[in-house]
Amino acid sequence: MAKIHVTTTINGEPMEYLCEPSDTMLDALRGSLGLTGSKEGCSSGDCGACSITVDDRLICSCLMLAAEAEGAEIRTIEGMAHGERLHPLQQKFLEHAALQCGICTSGMLVASDALLRKNPNPSEEEVRFWLAGNLCRCTGYDKIVRAVMETAAEMRDGIKEAAQ
Amino acid sequence: MADIKYLAPRTLDEAIGAFAAAGSAARILAGGTDLLVQMRSGMVRPGVIVDIKKIAEMTAIEETADGGFRIGAAASGMALAEHPRFGKVWPGVLEAVNLIGSKQVQGRASAGGNLMNGSPAGDSVPAMIAAGAVVTVQGPNGRREMKVEEVPAGPGRTNLKPGEILISFQLPPRPPGSSDAYLRMIPRTEMDIAVVGLGVSLTIKDGVCTEARVGLGAVAPTALLVEGAATALIGSKLDDTAIEKAAEACRAACRPIDDKRGTIAYRIKTAGVLLKRTTAIAAKRATGK
Repeated sequence: MAKIHVTTTINGEPMEYLCEPSDTMLDALRGSLGLTGSKEGCSSGDCGACSITVDDRLICSCLMLAAEAEGAEIRTIEGMAHGERLHPLQQKFLEHAALQCGICTSGMLVASDALLRKNPNPSEEEVRFWLAGNLCRCTGYDKIVRAVMETAAEMRDGIKEAAQ
Repeated sequence: MADIKYLAPRTLDEAIGAFAAAGSAARILAGGTDLLVQMRSGMVRPGVIVDIKKIAEMTAIEETADGGFRIGAAASGMALAEHPRFGKVWPGVLEAVNLIGSKQVQGRASAGGNLMNGSPAGDSVPAMIAAGAVVTVQGPNGRREMKVEEVPAGPGRTNLKPGEILISFQLPPRPPGSSDAYLRMIPRTEMDIAVVGLGVSLTIKDGVCTEARVGLGAVAPTALLVEGAATALIGSKLDDTAIEKAAEACRAACRPIDDKRGTIAYRIKTAGVLLKRTTAIAAKRATGK
C-alpha cells in the first residue's frame, strides 16, 4: 500500500509528510517531523501527554490519524515559545516548579494555553475540570493549577496595561 | 497494519459507496476516540477507514426553520458547546455530550460515534432519547429515519443494516416552558464511565407538566426510553407522589449487571435517585426558577 501524502500547517509553517494509513498524528509528529515535544503516555486518550490543537481545538494526537491532518492548522508545544522568549505559562510553570519528571508538561502547557485562549479568567474549578484529561503523577496538580491561575491573572493585567 | 486503506470522501454518495463496497472490513471514522483505541488494542482490524468529516452535512449543526436542531453525526462535543444557541435550547443534551471523556476527547468525539459505538453507558444516548431525537441513516438502498432509542441493539451492536451510515440527529422544536437535564453517577468526579446515566426532558405549562420523556443508561444492554416514568410525570405538578412513581418506573426498568463500578442493587437504587435529581434540574430550567 502506498504511503499517504499530507500537506498541513504546523505552528504556522507549511509542512508535508508521508504516512501509513494507520499512523497516528503523534507518530507523524514524533517520527518523520521530528517534533518530539508531544509525548506518548497511554496511547488511548487518557493521559493528555500528546495534547495538540487542530484548528484551535484541543485534542489528543494519539487519537487522530496522521492522514486526517490534510489542510488542517496544527499547533504543538514547539510553537509555544517565541525563540528564546518563553510563553508566560512556561515561565510560570518554572517559577512554581509545576513539573518534576516533565512527561506531562508539554501536554499540560498546550491544554492550559487552549483554556486561556477560550477563557482568560477561569475559576480554579474550571482549570481543574479543563485539565482533568492531563495526568501528572509527580506534582499533585496544585502547583500546576496555581501556575495557570497566576498566568491568567498576569496576562489579564498585561492586556489592561497595554490598553491604557 | 499496513494493509489498511484510508479514504476521506467529499460526498455522501462516495462515502456510502466505499463503505458498502468494503463490507464488514470497513469502519466509519468520525472523532476516532473509540475507533483508534479499538485498533490499537487489536479489538478491530479494519481494511478500510472511511473518514466522514470532509462531508459538510456530517459536521454541520443547524437550527432548522421550525426551531428544531439538526446535528451532523460527526459534529464534535466542543463544536456543540461553541454553538451560540444549542446549549440554551438543549442544555441537558449538551451537558451529556460534554461529559464524554476529557476536553481533548470532546474536541473530537461526536454524539454519532457515541451512539454507534453501542456502549450501554454512552452518556449522550439517554439525553438524546429524552430529547426525542430522530436519526437519519443512509445506505445503498436510500435514506430512512429511526428513533434514537431504536438504534442500539446490545453492547457494541446497532440496528443499522449492513452498509448504512448514521448521518444526523434531528431534535424537535421546543414549546415555551421546555428544558432538559442529564446526570450520571460515577465514582470519580470526571473522566469515568456511567454507573447510571439519566436524561429528562420536560415541558411545563402553568405549573403542570404537559410533556415528559426519560432516557436511562448503563442499567441494561441498551439505553432505555422509560415510558412509565414519563406517564407518571405528565399531568402532574411534579409533586412528590408523581416523582416517586416516576422513580419507581425507572427502578423497575433496570436490568443491570454487577461489575467493578456498581452492583445490581446499587444501580437500581441510583436510577431512582437520579430521576428525582434530574427532574428537579430540568424543571428549574423549564420554569426559569
